[in-house]
Amino acid sequence: MTTIANYISGKNNKNEKVLSVFLTSGFPDKNNFVELALRALEAGADMLEIGFPFSDPLADGPIIQHSSQIALENGINITKTFNFIKEIRSRTDKPLILMGYANPVLSYGIEKFAENAKSLGVNGVIIPDIPIEEYENFYNHLFDEVNTILLVTPTTSNDRIKLIDEKSSGFIYCVSVSGTTGITNQDKITSIEFVKRTRSIVKKNKMLVGFGISSVKDAQSFAPYCDGIIVGSAVIKSLMNDSSDYVKTLDLIKKLKQALV
Amino acid sequence: MSNKYNSPDVNGHFGKFGGKYVPETLITPLKELEETYFQLTKEKNFQDELNKLNKEYTGRPTPLTFADGLTKYFDKAKIYLKREDLCHTGAHKINNALGQILLAKKLGKTRIIAETGAGQHGVATATVCAKFGLKCFVYMGEVDIERQSLNVFRMKLLGAEVIPVSSGSRTLKDAANEAIRDWVTNVKDTHYIIGSVVGPHPYPMIVRDFQSVIGKETKEQIQIAEERLPDYIVACVGGGSNAIGIFYSFINTKVKLIGVEAAGYGINTNKHCATLTLGREGIFQGMKTYLLQNDEGQVSEVHSISAGLDYPGVGPEHSLFKDEVIADYYSVTDDEAIRATELLSKAEGIIPALESAHAVAYLNYLMPNTKKDEIVIVNISGRGDKDLNTIKDKLGY
Repeated sequence: MTTIANYISGKNNKNEKVLSVFLTSGFPDKNNFVELALRALEAGADMLEIGFPFSDPLADGPIIQHSSQIALENGINITKTFNFIKEIRSRTDKPLILMGYANPVLSYGIEKFAENAKSLGVNGVIIPDIPIEEYENFYNHLFDEVNTILLVTPTTSNDRIKLIDEKSSGFIYCVSVSGTTGITNQDKITSIEFVKRTRSIVKKNKMLVGFGISSVKDAQSFAPYCDGIIVGSAVIKSLMNDSSDYVKTLDLIKKLKQALV
Repeated sequence: MSNKYNSPDVNGHFGKFGGKYVPETLITPLKELEETYFQLTKEKNFQDELNKLNKEYTGRPTPLTFADGLTKYFDKAKIYLKREDLCHTGAHKINNALGQILLAKKLGKTRIIAETGAGQHGVATATVCAKFGLKCFVYMGEVDIERQSLNVFRMKLLGAEVIPVSSGSRTLKDAANEAIRDWVTNVKDTHYIIGSVVGPHPYPMIVRDFQSVIGKETKEQIQIAEERLPDYIVACVGGGSNAIGIFYSFINTKVKLIGVEAAGYGINTNKHCATLTLGREGIFQGMKTYLLQNDEGQVSEVHSISAGLDYPGVGPEHSLFKDEVIADYYSVTDDEAIRATELLSKAEGIIPALESAHAVAYLNYLMPNTKKDEIVIVNISGRGDKDLNTIKDKLGY
């Protein structure tokens, strides 16, 4: 199977930036989630980040908090999320990434999590409350074949970006603004300056930009300075108000991808 | 082990607990905080200023009161009370708030945020912000705003803005989540004054150090009064700052340290906060620690009549103390805490905070096993004025 980095390179070589779409596992409807995921990929998503829910999502703003809450009420957990992954994996070769907080993974069993992720064809994991300080305490050799994607933020020093680049695999998740997911009041110029600075330091990995990217215009303004973009809250927000068979949401994904080609 | 006790290590770990389980955005500010803290605590000026504030503003040292009536009531060991209820603002929370506001000033921060449960930490933070002229925003769960309405008004009167939190169980943990999200967003100009020995390193260490004045004074005072150390020290544990504060000077001694958690409706129900009694290892709000959670690692909705103990986690150092048996942890119910409030009020003329009443309630279990020549110290971490509505409803007179 193609690793995440190879996949991104492949797209970049065709003068495309990748679009990574975040979906909360089992949201909005657990019965249609696999369909939603596959249609998101068809509409233009190059890869999916599937978030398994946690009761106390510290890095998330109100929109993803809300979707996590609904997912929990829908009975979604890591086991059910792996079941979704299994079905999605049987119908796509595109990269699939799991995203979520450390405690549900700890509770599920870190080794069991890594083994299942590997065997079901999960390509990477993003756990935002595991910074490099706790990396060795959490990830083990079982993650050798599942990429561990780390984040850099505007408060990350240049030296630290280098360390994170060393440890991270798959890509670097560049958070364009200090804040929680879905933040809208960002200073675009400062964000772009930061993304440029990070791009010049990151050597080993591809770099995707996320947080605060909600429109085609946002995607266009960041695209020149990275290898791809990540859209989460904007998609979740659209799904909340999308009663019509996800048409609006799929259209948003399609337009975002078109802006990156 | 206790002779060499030197936690946390350089990475903020208390054994396997503690650490910095936070989003990347907070790592640099936490490092700055740690560096500034170590730099400041070496400066004599800082210590002098804090000592002066503790003395002239808070009213330290707080007394160690011999509890004549309570001692007669149990007719066993002698009971002393450490009187943190006599601190300015009515609880031990001011010890930490004063220390941290000096840190915030050194860091050049202009905006202060805090979380609060019972409102005592919110009031303490609002107080120091008023005194030092910094803007203050306090996150508080809607449930707590309702049951601690007097403290909400006090914060407003002191010039703070109280921000209601409607997520989750609408209590202390949700207020802390929102405060952390605020900090992630406004980290440039904002210092987060955490109210207990919880959260990511260096907070559990910093808050412990600022609260350890309680135990230092207690040690001196009991030696003057009795020319020896006590046999037992009892304190309530929510996050655990008053307990660590009074325990810390005694961890290299033979004194038995007892933490009392909130059993709510009872530990056989699912409405309690007995984290160390019934929780298991988890990662929550920046720390690895004992945590009340379900089988899937979702944090439990907990309950205590005492807003200050109504928290599913606990300070990571307490988790280490439990595993290493440096302290023992028990729990008492809401009803036991209410009866203890009544007992202390009538026997000593001291109305304790409902949090502190949990420590008093544990005397019912401890005292029968003590001897007359032994000494027990109970930390009265705060006064009960804020709880009068709740107590009145329960007692019905």
